[in-house]
Amino acid sequence: MKAKKQRLILALLGLGAVVGAGLLAASGLKTEASFFFAPGDVAGIDLPLGKAVRLGGMVADKSIRHDADGVTIHFVVEDGKAKVPVVFKGIAPDLFKENSGVVAEGEFRADGSFVASNLLAKHDERYMPPELEGKMHKTGSLKS
Amino acid sequence: MIAELGLGLLWLAAGLAIIQSVLGMLGLWQTNRPDLGNAVRPVAVAQALLIGLSFACLIYLFIVSDMSVKLVVANSHSDKPMLYKVSGAWGNHEGSMLLWVAVLAIAGAGIALAERRVRRDTLIATLMAQGLLALGFYAFLLFSSNPFERLNPAPQDGQGLNPLLQDPGLAFHPPTLYFGYVGMSVAFSFAVGALITRDVGPAFARATRPWVLGAWVMLTLGITAGSYWAYYELGWGGWWFWDPVENASLMPWLAATALLHSVTVLATRDALRAWTVMLAVVAFSMSIVGTFLVRSGILTSVHAFAVDPQRGSFILALMLIYIGGALALFALRVGTVREGAVFEPVSREAALVLNNLFLTVILGVVLIGTLYPIVAQGFGQQVSIGPPYFNPAAGSVALMLIVVMAAGPLMRWRSDSAPKVLRRLAIPLAIGILSLLVVRLLAPDMGVLPWLGLSTALLAGTGSIAPLWKRNLLRTPLFTWGMVVAHLGVAVALAGMAVDSAFFKERLVAVNEGETTVVGPFSVKLVSVEPIIGPNWTAIEATMEARRGDGQPTTLHPQARNYSTPPTDTSEAAITTYIDGQLYAVLGKQGQDGRWQLRLWWKPLVTFIWLGGFMIALGGLLALVGRVWRERRGVKSEEIAA
Repeated sequence: MKAKKQRLILALLGLGAVVGAGLLAASGLKTEASFFFAPGDVAGIDLPLGKAVRLGGMVADKSIRHDADGVTIHFVVEDGKAKVPVVFKGIAPDLFKENSGVVAEGEFRADGSFVASNLLAKHDERYMPPELEGKMHKTGSLKS
Repeated sequence: MIAELGLGLLWLAAGLAIIQSVLGMLGLWQTNRPDLGNAVRPVAVAQALLIGLSFACLIYLFIVSDMSVKLVVANSHSDKPMLYKVSGAWGNHEGSMLLWVAVLAIAGAGIALAERRVRRDTLIATLMAQGLLALGFYAFLLFSSNPFERLNPAPQDGQGLNPLLQDPGLAFHPPTLYFGYVGMSVAFSFAVGALITRDVGPAFARATRPWVLGAWVMLTLGITAGSYWAYYELGWGGWWFWDPVENASLMPWLAATALLHSVTVLATRDALRAWTVMLAVVAFSMSIVGTFLVRSGILTSVHAFAVDPQRGSFILALMLIYIGGALALFALRVGTVREGAVFEPVSREAALVLNNLFLTVILGVVLIGTLYPIVAQGFGQQVSIGPPYFNPAAGSVALMLIVVMAAGPLMRWRSDSAPKVLRRLAIPLAIGILSLLVVRLLAPDMGVLPWLGLSTALLAGTGSIAPLWKRNLLRTPLFTWGMVVAHLGVAVALAGMAVDSAFFKERLVAVNEGETTVVGPFSVKLVSVEPIIGPNWTAIEATMEARRGDGQPTTLHPQARNYSTPPTDTSEAAITTYIDGQLYAVLGKQGQDGRWQLRLWWKPLVTFIWLGGFMIALGGLLALVGRVWRERRGVKSEEIAA
């Protein structure tokens, strides 16, 4: 009888661990999931301020501007519907250039601009972030 | 010719896998025909030989750069260094799947040749399960990922290997991980075999344990090496990104760590029977999930390289069949598994149960965080899950786990008293609590997780060597040493993580040649920037002089490389190792005013992270050698007694 009871307790503990993991994950996902936006998505809605999000689109033509410190850059991300000014401090990836796709990780500011802490570019010519590809096909700004 | 030979061998091996499974089934069913069951072993060995030769053919094709083979064209180039020609054989989807199934078959041959501890029928059932597993992956190779496909007409030369993968560390990273992933298949097959023959007990655990240990050592090495590769090759100064591909290797490791501990309970104390079988199924399931995540290209990842929905659905189908089948078998047979031996709530068994529970929670959190973006995508929402989710959720549970890790080895099997355990744990606990206070006073700005992490590391570090206290060190068994080294490794790695994330110094500047900048305790001078030429790349290389206080200057050479095939730019960080950390330099771009962007980090104790990782793997190796050695000796003394 004792062994049976112990087995029941163990089974319940195992179940508890799985449920606990689910609850812990759910509460984390609620606050920490980082959503992906294209410039057109955020036009006219309440900006998700103070949350880590990702902004993806094309770097607008002739929009890259360097600050005097040599490490801060300003550029504009567009998706054919709207534009978002972005500021980034750091070393831009090699494939970061105008009229090319980019995904910026960071936060929106109240004035509608975006502060990027990291720029994701493709690792090689063949790679395109899938969510960017999807969005760009939807907005028709990807010409392929 | 060699490509056709390789493909032929692959088909033959697949045929033998069918024979192996069918013979196994017949052997179990027709108990009056022992010859059927006896034939399973040689067939398993032959299958391993054939698939091994097939993989050798693929390596040969890469070595001679046979440009009539599609895979070689897509992933190699005739003027690539020889090491990367060879590693190119598994640095791609098809080749790595061939390696996967080759390792699976070799593991099967290993069981067939070496295993004498489990019952005969359990062994046959195990080899049958191993044959069925291999079969699914043979089908995958032959029907959707043929590595020997020809290209007609053959092009002049190949497209080269992704330069990020042209790295000596990475040449051995995938095989190491695969040995780990696939080693778990043996535990899985043993579990399936033992469930079929109703033989779940200590013999099953003792047979499984060396395989779990070996696979776990490989996974640990693979993850540690992969982390260091990401650290120096990506040039971002980070050592863990919670990238889906990293999680794909972490999840089997977490499950294997749990299994490793519960299999020990089953082998020594005959407790946790059903539990251990379940974990064996889960551990290999995580390996398949990991393969699926990496190989299907379903996730956004910094290093996803195969995007092919057909392959994705194929692996998904295999995953559902194997995991679903094993779980169904478990559900059918769990009633026949006897209850294990009873233990008290305060005992080493209980501590190991707690270990398993915490690992399960971490595994669940990582699994949900990794899969959530796929599910969300199904509902049309683009989400990415990063460190803000993983660090607090997984980190906090990991810290509790590590406290239990320090206490567990100081507890007795079956039953112990709480006051006695606390007394044995008094010194580590005191050190842990004291360090909480001291660290808070010395570094009031430290983040919560690094603060708790550093204190936990000190507690666990002292706690993990406590089992050696007052023992004759020469007569301490090798596997006890293994446990101590591995647990100490966890503490060392944790200390490195905590100190680096709390006290790193970063400097991002644009400077002219001859200018000096400061990062942490270093002053770094950009001496010059020159173009240089490598074997298959050109680069711009900076020469920097770093000086710590008034010490001797050291020279650093970070590069911005440009590979021609395929055309890719990479950044090669320069790293100098000191006893207490690393100086990390990345060369950025030149601005219009002629200044160069530099990114510098001082990363204190960062090397402890990988040192700890290697200690964990070394501990596993010591335990493995110790166990096998003791069992050999046990067998000999039995023979003498008989």
